[in-house]
Amino acid sequence: MSDVTLKEEVREKEAREKKTLGFWIYLMTDLVLFASLFATFAVLRTATAGGPSGAELFDLPFVLLETMILLTSSFTVGLAILGAARGYKKQTIFWLLATFALGVAFLAMELTEFSHLAAEGFSWERSAFLSAFFTLVGTHGLHIAVGLLWLGVMIVRLVRFKFKQTDLNRLALFGLFWHFLDVVWIFIFSIVYLIGSMA
Amino acid sequence: MSVRIEHRNSQTRYLSYIVGFILSILTTLAAYLVVVNHLWPMQTLVYIVLGIAVVQLIVQVVFFLHIGRGTHWKVVTFAFAILVILIVVVGTIWIMNNLDYNMMQMTPEQQQIYMLQHEGI
Amino acid sequence: MWAGIQELVFGRLTPADFVHDPIMAGAGIGMVGALVLAMIALTYFKKWKWLWKTWITSLDPKKIGVMYLIVSVIMLLRGLADALLLRTQQAAGGSVEVLNADHFQQIFSAHGTIMIFFVAMGIIFGIFNLIIPQQIGARDVAFPFLNSVSFWLFAAGMILINAPLVVGEFSAAGWLAYPPLSGLQYSPGVGVDYWIWSLQIAGIGSLLSGINFFVTIIKMRAPGMTLMKMPIFIWSALGSTSLIMFAFPILTATLGMLALDRLMGMHFFTSDMGGSPMLYINLIWAWGHPEVYILVLPAFGIFSEVVATFSGKKLFGYKSMVIALAAITFLSFTVWLHHFFTMGAGADVNTLFGIMTMVIAIPTGVKVFNWIFTMYRGRVRFTTPMLWFMGFIVTFTLGGLAGVAMSVPAADFQFHNSLFLVAHFHTMIVGGVLFGAFAGFTYWFPKFTGFYLNEKLGKIAFWLWIVGFLLAFVPLYILGFMGATRRLDHYDPSLGWQGLFIVAGVGVMIIAAGVGFQLLQIVVSIIQRKKNRAGEDPWGGRTLEWSTATPPAEYVYAVIPTVTERDDFWESKKKKHHKVAPVYEDIWLPKNSGAGAIIGLLAMIFGAATIWHMVPLAIISFVGIIITLIIRLTTDDTEVKISAAEVAKHELKRSAV
Repeated sequence: MSDVTLKEEVREKEAREKKTLGFWIYLMTDLVLFASLFATFAVLRTATAGGPSGAELFDLPFVLLETMILLTSSFTVGLAILGAARGYKKQTIFWLLATFALGVAFLAMELTEFSHLAAEGFSWERSAFLSAFFTLVGTHGLHIAVGLLWLGVMIVRLVRFKFKQTDLNRLALFGLFWHFLDVVWIFIFSIVYLIGSMA
Repeated sequence: MSVRIEHRNSQTRYLSYIVGFILSILTTLAAYLVVVNHLWPMQTLVYIVLGIAVVQLIVQVVFFLHIGRGTHWKVVTFAFAILVILIVVVGTIWIMNNLDYNMMQMTPEQQQIYMLQHEGI
Repeated sequence: MWAGIQELVFGRLTPADFVHDPIMAGAGIGMVGALVLAMIALTYFKKWKWLWKTWITSLDPKKIGVMYLIVSVIMLLRGLADALLLRTQQAAGGSVEVLNADHFQQIFSAHGTIMIFFVAMGIIFGIFNLIIPQQIGARDVAFPFLNSVSFWLFAAGMILINAPLVVGEFSAAGWLAYPPLSGLQYSPGVGVDYWIWSLQIAGIGSLLSGINFFVTIIKMRAPGMTLMKMPIFIWSALGSTSLIMFAFPILTATLGMLALDRLMGMHFFTSDMGGSPMLYINLIWAWGHPEVYILVLPAFGIFSEVVATFSGKKLFGYKSMVIALAAITFLSFTVWLHHFFTMGAGADVNTLFGIMTMVIAIPTGVKVFNWIFTMYRGRVRFTTPMLWFMGFIVTFTLGGLAGVAMSVPAADFQFHNSLFLVAHFHTMIVGGVLFGAFAGFTYWFPKFTGFYLNEKLGKIAFWLWIVGFLLAFVPLYILGFMGATRRLDHYDPSLGWQGLFIVAGVGVMIIAAGVGFQLLQIVVSIIQRKKNRAGEDPWGGRTLEWSTATPPAEYVYAVIPTVTERDDFWESKKKKHHKVAPVYEDIWLPKNSGAGAIIGLLAMIFGAATIWHMVPLAIISFVGIIITLIIRLTTDDTEVKISAAEVAKHELKRSAV
């Protein structure tokens, strides 16, 4: 291998390591942001101002299904990344599309839940508890939406152009983002829904 | 620039995701069933659910986020983040609870009953 | 129908919102006037293209650093003007009303917000940009584009914080905007919204910068520079950026929730429907305390460099300095309740946080002793940077003692929200952060410009500052001790306190004179620059930045240095290494990009649109930001190459000089 290509490889490797660490750290800061919202939810969970509490509002089987869908999408994005690392373009795009579809399904279920609550008059204006609920879960949903936008742009580029090393690197970062969102959802599922549904 | 293709260790890497996926499903179902069937009193359930969540956190951080791979700074920053999160979350809950305790408006009779029930005096 | 269109386009903005009160309007007109003058000058001298190419689209941290400093200095002048108004009002007592009550409240709110978010943070990021890459032997930061975005978000926040001088009003809820006062019910106007969005936007810039500089230090040190061989300034930056990364998300979340209360009728911090104003206070200080350490740690780092250089000795106790920095970084997350000891917590909570507050004073004390021991038996030169350090020792120790006094919860019931508290935090931030910034500025100035600052004027400025500062704030310690509450626009004359307020007022005037001399110093130094030439190593420096050209080349280092020990530059000077003929290679630098400035502009528009409830404009600007990001992030052609031959040519010219 020529000297020039070796130098380029070293440069590319250093750039990739920097970007991975930087993006990982951004995810850590996002964890702290969610933690602040969790702390708020923990404090305000009983502040129902005469309105409904979690026990009265949450449909646990529905939320279990949502959880399984998101978990599966975390698995499919892993399969996509492995396919890309081995150079299989069709496989990669297939699993990315599967991730996208599961993500959309998750978001659709969440929006259905939100609009039902709002329609019955239990919106974020009703009580501090509901404000905390909608904001915590809604912030996660916003992150999912941003993730889907990112995924969509990536899928379009992968379909239209040849795989480049930068595409693989970005795919790896997206994978981190998507897994991270599932990690946060573990705690939303456990704390907001499971614990929050206990009277 | 041509893409780096790797073939080594692909079996182990698939295994990582499959194991992580299955363990996550199991822990999710465990927490769900324990709560829905009310297998323990509420206070205990809270700790159990939190414990299961932490287990699933570790599973996903190891098997999906590959915290062991790459630079050790991932672990360092993750540990510091967890530390800060614990301090801020536990601290907030403790402080806010404490504030409520001192700000409750009660008559002296109510206060006596409260102190007997909660503090044993 | 017109009314519908008017609301869609203009939201709640009406012509009556344009400022018409004399003092505010005067300031607003002055500001806009200065801007217009600048634009006329740029047009007359045909410098728009230069401005765009050399500054606005630059991803060079040396340029971005200078832009941060320019914004900070302008904001310092605004904050000082606010301070002069406040002091004058209080010195006049009840007899003359310089400012009415509402204006007084808006001005002290603006003063605090501007000084902390736009002066102190700006100076710190400016110095980080200029010094960190060079001190670790790197050419750039880890993420140059992100660096540009961070600066332009900062600039967007700066515009939003000054806009109330022209249209609308500012918050009257203090620099931290406690609810329920800052909630919709008690502050329905745009003031608190300006405050929220200015800080939210600038705060995101700060968070991104924190990540940027942390990764830069971790990943881009010169070969051979292990962590324990880094300059202490870099360690202090590591601590400060760690705090930024993990504290600022709390601010983002809390400001977000306050905004949701105000925009969407939520009940996080309202006094009804289950809301908890104390929760806001708890969360905002969980951010707020780390914030003050974010500000002061870099100042400590600067002093470590300055003291070692001007004592001609290596810094005393390197290891203990590192441990102290690490301890302060961790401990700053464990003390935040001391900002609200008096607000209802029980003795157990107060005791824990009181003890932690006392503990955090210990590593700081270790650092002060280490600096003093560095000076002992050194050949000390009392240049202007060293004078600022001496001023810091006096003021910071005074303020620190006051802090330890307040860390006793029982005592704090007397001090909380009194002028004693106000004197304490001004002593820490002015004596610590600002004096550190001045020391750093006068120390590193010759490296970037090639000429010295006028020492005589610098010394006069220092003495005016220290005398003025003590005159302005020691009376406040006394007044607070006697029970004077903060944030009052006048005090009953029968208390007999007016004399002290007048002394404080005189003190501020002397500070203003000091600032005048600093500005004079810069102007005179520029005029005399040919006589005041400084070489590449004007002070006999110890660290790597003094090994670069003066001013540094665009690529900074023609060859990335290899480091073998602490203070490597100083040691290599002593050994007088034989100059090995350097082997030049191609250097890749980031291409200019306007995307950062565009994102900043769109963020500013988004903030203004949200404040004034202009829904379509808010949506359009937000979508614009996303589109700009997508375009930039899918571009692969982001670097430009400087060939080895060009580098060689440049270096030849440098050695010829």
